[in-house]
Order: sequence, then structure tokens, then C-alpha cells
Amino acid sequence: MTTQIEQRHAVKGAVRVEGVSMTFRRKGHETHVLDSIQLGIEPGEFVCLLGPSGCGKSTLLNVIAGFIKPTAGYVMVDQNPVMRPGADRGFVFQQYSLLPWKTAFQNIELGLKIRGMAKGDRTELVNDYLNRVGLYKHRNSYPHQMSGGMQQRASIVRALVNSPSVLLLDEPFAALDAQTRHMMQELLLDIWEDLKTTVIFVTHDIEEAIFLGDRICVMGVQPGHIKAELPIGLRRPRHFDDTLSADFVNMHRQVFECIREETMKSMEKGF
Amino acid sequence: MAVSVSRAYSPRWLTQLGNTLSNLLLANRSLRRLLAMVLFFGIWQFLCVINFNVFVDFQFVPSPAKALAATIKFMSGNPWVHFRSSIMRVFWGYGFAAIFGVFLGVLIGWCAVIEDFLLPPLELLRPIPAVAWIPLAILMFPTSESGMIYITFIGAFFPILVSTIRGVESTLNDMVLVRVGQCLGAKPWHIFKDIVVPGSLPSIASGLTIGMGNAWFCLVTAEILAGRYGIGYLTWESYVTSNYPPIVMGMLLIGLLGAFSSWAVSKGMEALMPWRVIKKQS
Ligand SMILES: Nc1ncnc2c1ncn2[C@@H]1O[C@H](COP(=O)(O)OP(=O)(O)OP(=O)(O)O)[C@@H](O)[C@H]1O
Ligand SMILES: [Mg+2]
Repeated sequence: MTTQIEQRHAVKGAVRVEGVSMTFRRKGHETHVLDSIQLGIEPGEFVCLLGPSGCGKSTLLNVIAGFIKPTAGYVMVDQNPVMRPGADRGFVFQQYSLLPWKTAFQNIELGLKIRGMAKGDRTELVNDYLNRVGLYKHRNSYPHQMSGGMQQRASIVRALVNSPSVLLLDEPFAALDAQTRHMMQELLLDIWEDLKTTVIFVTHDIEEAIFLGDRICVMGVQPGHIKAELPIGLRRPRHFDDTLSADFVNMHRQVFECIREETMKSMEKGF
Repeated sequence: MAVSVSRAYSPRWLTQLGNTLSNLLLANRSLRRLLAMVLFFGIWQFLCVINFNVFVDFQFVPSPAKALAATIKFMSGNPWVHFRSSIMRVFWGYGFAAIFGVFLGVLIGWCAVIEDFLLPPLELLRPIPAVAWIPLAILMFPTSESGMIYITFIGAFFPILVSTIRGVESTLNDMVLVRVGQCLGAKPWHIFKDIVVPGSLPSIASGLTIGMGNAWFCLVTAEILAGRYGIGYLTWESYVTSNYPPIVMGMLLIGLLGAFSSWAVSKGMEALMPWRVIKKQS
């Protein structure tokens, strides 16, 4: 079952962010949100973007997704410049974003249907993924009949089923309770270890960033920039117990120091 | 506190009776609705019986009992020809309004060019009440039947059009939904079909329900225009011939038919939207 899913993901998903700047103009008022961001991501790497609220994490992710155009610079995904949103960059939103008028199955199936995959093939593939995240029983449920955790699992699978080069997640677990959040983190790692899709994961939770990532990019404010890039050397596969290890705690302290200054700045700015 | 003290002084059976009654009324929604109807007709009958005349004069208002008598008389005659005429007029007028209203509304909401070309004249026509159309309807249409259908159409068309436009616009305004489609590789056609249309369905449904009510509302207007049959015609005719009880009967029949068909439309639309949950304060 997993092998069929694995085969569909070749090694791809190099991302290059080249000098991306973003300035929002509204009523003659300018907000400089991103300042020449430079970022290179290896195929199959799991990168966490960490930073205080308002530092421009979502803005950067939206630029990579192609939802908004940067004022300067560009983004490349596997030799292709990003011009507009596309199925090669799967996106998981912070808000529950399943289409309310489609069942879990239909939501996940949509991308494949748009691409014109035959019905039999797509049913098989969607069912595989549903099984993988424990949602097969709920495949005919509408979003309002599912818990927040179930909805986010379906959202992740909806993005993954199109075998994207990159999976972009914008604080996907922020609205979940702590217990569910931990389970979702482990589930995400579990799937990622099978698929090895490139992941860019936005969060403001230090522990989450360390637990998930190969590398943490800490973002600073005023305007948003990459302040530091910290590789996470913790062994994989990771388990929740690892969050209690000495290495983890050290890492946590290090990241905390790094981000503290920025949080102070952003609080002064009034976020 | 105050409640429990006062209860201590009243006999037990009275308290119990009070509790039972209030439980029945609060718990059972159909009972509450029935009670509302009984009160409505009861008060009306009472006002007629005492010849209420303070600013509003009930002297010539037929009482519910008289209206009922008129209804029985009407029903034992040949009522179906009237029902059939009215229902057919509403059916055609509303049918065209639903088709054009939803179709144009979706186009106007979706595409700015179409909006610029179609919306200004439609906005100009929208506030014109159905009555004001009577002279033109007589001049424009070859038969009085088609004129009447046109007036019912006018009544239903605008609420359907406006709700549809609003629904489409607010769905497009929901950035997340559109973005979801975009990063699944959706072309504009897919976004239209899989996101915009289902997303605006709740609005379209409310437009269709309101439109159905308005179609009946305009029927009386339309049937003043001409014809020898129809509930609205009957109502107007009774007024002209000073036969008052059938006026009330006609009004109530139109109310009843209008309410029933609006209800049917909203039920039908709910069946199209199994994903919707509506939880009200009880
Ligand atoms: N469309 C826009 N127009 C004007 N300003 C914007 C726009 N989008 C974002 N901003 C501004 O850009 C800054 C960064 O916003 P962004 O949403 O990227 O922050 P974030 O790091 O994701 O914060 P959070 O953790 O709270 O989600 C904020 O100051 C915000 O007000
Ligand atoms: Mg954000």
C-alpha cells in the first residue's frame, strides 16, 4: 500500500528563494514586510520557518505558493520560476479549508479529478491515503461532521495526493489542542519519512519546529528577514520522548535565545 | 430565590399544573406554532365581535368565521379553475425568474465585464414595483395571460438575481476557498464549478425562497390586470362587488399557497445541500 504511494514521488523539490522582497501598499501607506530573503532548500528537506507573529512568515509562504507576487526577487521550484499557484506546490492552510460541500473523499479526490485521472485509479489512490491517515471510515463525512484534527489530516492528504514537489504548511496545527497536535506532528513525520517530499512548515512554536525540522530558519522582524539558520541534528525517526532528551532541551534553549530578541521587537511594534 | 419563596405559598397541584403547561409549551415546537395560530385568529375574531374601532376600524372587516363560511361556499362550487389559473401563472413566471435570475446572477457575480454591461439597467428597473408595470404589461404583451406571467416574473426575478450575485461575490471574496482550488491546479472553469457555484448555493436558495413568496405577492397585482379566473382576481372582484368575506378568503388562500410553495422550495434546496447544518437557539 505504502509502496504504491512512495513510487509516485521521485526525488524532486529543490526550492530557491532569490532576493524576495515584499512591500504592501495601501492608501499611500507602505509596509515593508520582507527584505531580500535568500533561502535554498534541498529536495526532500524538512524546513521550519519560525518567527514571532507578524514577521512575514505567511507572506513568504504565499509568495512561494504563488498566491502573491513579490515586489522584488523570485522563487524557483525545480528549475521553474513560480508565476502562479499550481499543483506542484501543495498548501495546507491554518484555517480549516476543506470545501464544506464535499465529503472527505471528494475533497481529496478533487486535485486528481482536475488533472483528469481515471476514476478507478483515483479511487484506489485516495483510499490508500485515507487508510494511511486513519480516515477511511470517515471518507463519506462532510467537514462539519469531522473534528479539527481529522479535517487537517484530510487537508494534508488533499495536498499530498497530487504528489507535489513541495508541501507548504502555514501553522497547520495551531488551532488544535496540545494532545492532538502531538499526534498530528508524529503522523506528518511518519508520512514525510515515506514520501520524502520537500516540506516548508511555518510555525511560531519552538518545540514544534525542533521536533519536526531538519533545519529551522528563524525569521526576524522590521522588516522580515532570515536571522539565523539552525540545523537540527536529532536522530530520525523521532518520537515524542525525544522532546525530553538533553539534546532537545539544549536546542530549545538555543532557539529561544535567538528568537527572544525578535519577539521583544515585534511586541514593541504592537503585534 | 423569589420564585421558590412564592411557590412555597401556592398549592402544590397548581405549581405542578403550571410546570406541566410550561414544559409542554417550551418543549414542543409544533405546539407553540399551533398556539400562535390560535391566538392570531382568536384575537382577530374577538376584535370583529366587539366591533373594535380605535383608529383601525374592524366594523367592515369580515371575521374569521365569516371567511370560513365563504371558503366552504367557494370550495363547494368550482374552485379548481381558479386555483389552476393562479398556480400556472406563478409556475411560469417563477420558472422563468429562477432560470434567468440564477443564470444572470452567476454571470454578473463572476465576470466584471458582464456586470458592467448588465447591472446598471437592472439596478434601474429593480425598485419599480409590480403595480407600476401594469400599463406597460398591457401594451407589451399580446395576451393578458402573458402580461400576468410577466408581472409575476418581475416579482420573483429581482430577489433571485440579487441574492445570487451576493452569493457568488462573497464566495469569491473568501480568499482561502479560491486559493484551495488554485493550488490543486484548478482552472477558472473548475473554480467556477466546484467552488463558486456550490459556495453560493445557500444564497441562491434564499433568493429562490424569497422569490417564490414575491411571485404570489405579485399575483394579485397581475390578476387585477385581466382574466376571469384566479385567486387574486377573485379577491379584487369581491371588493368591487362589495362582497367582503371572500376578500379575506382570497388573501388567506394566497398567503397559504405562497407560504406552502416557499416552504417547498426551501425544503428542495436543503436537499441539494446536505452539508449544511443549522442550529438555532431553542
Ligand atoms: N495584504 C496585505 N496588505 C497589507 N499588509 C499586509 C498584507 N498581508 C500582510 N500584511 C502585513 O505584513 C506583516 C506580516 O504578515 P504575515 O501574515 O506574513 O505575518 P506572520 O508572520 O504570518 O504572522 P502570524 O504568525 O501572526 O501569522 C504584518 O504586519 C501584516 O500586517
Ligand atoms: Mg501567518
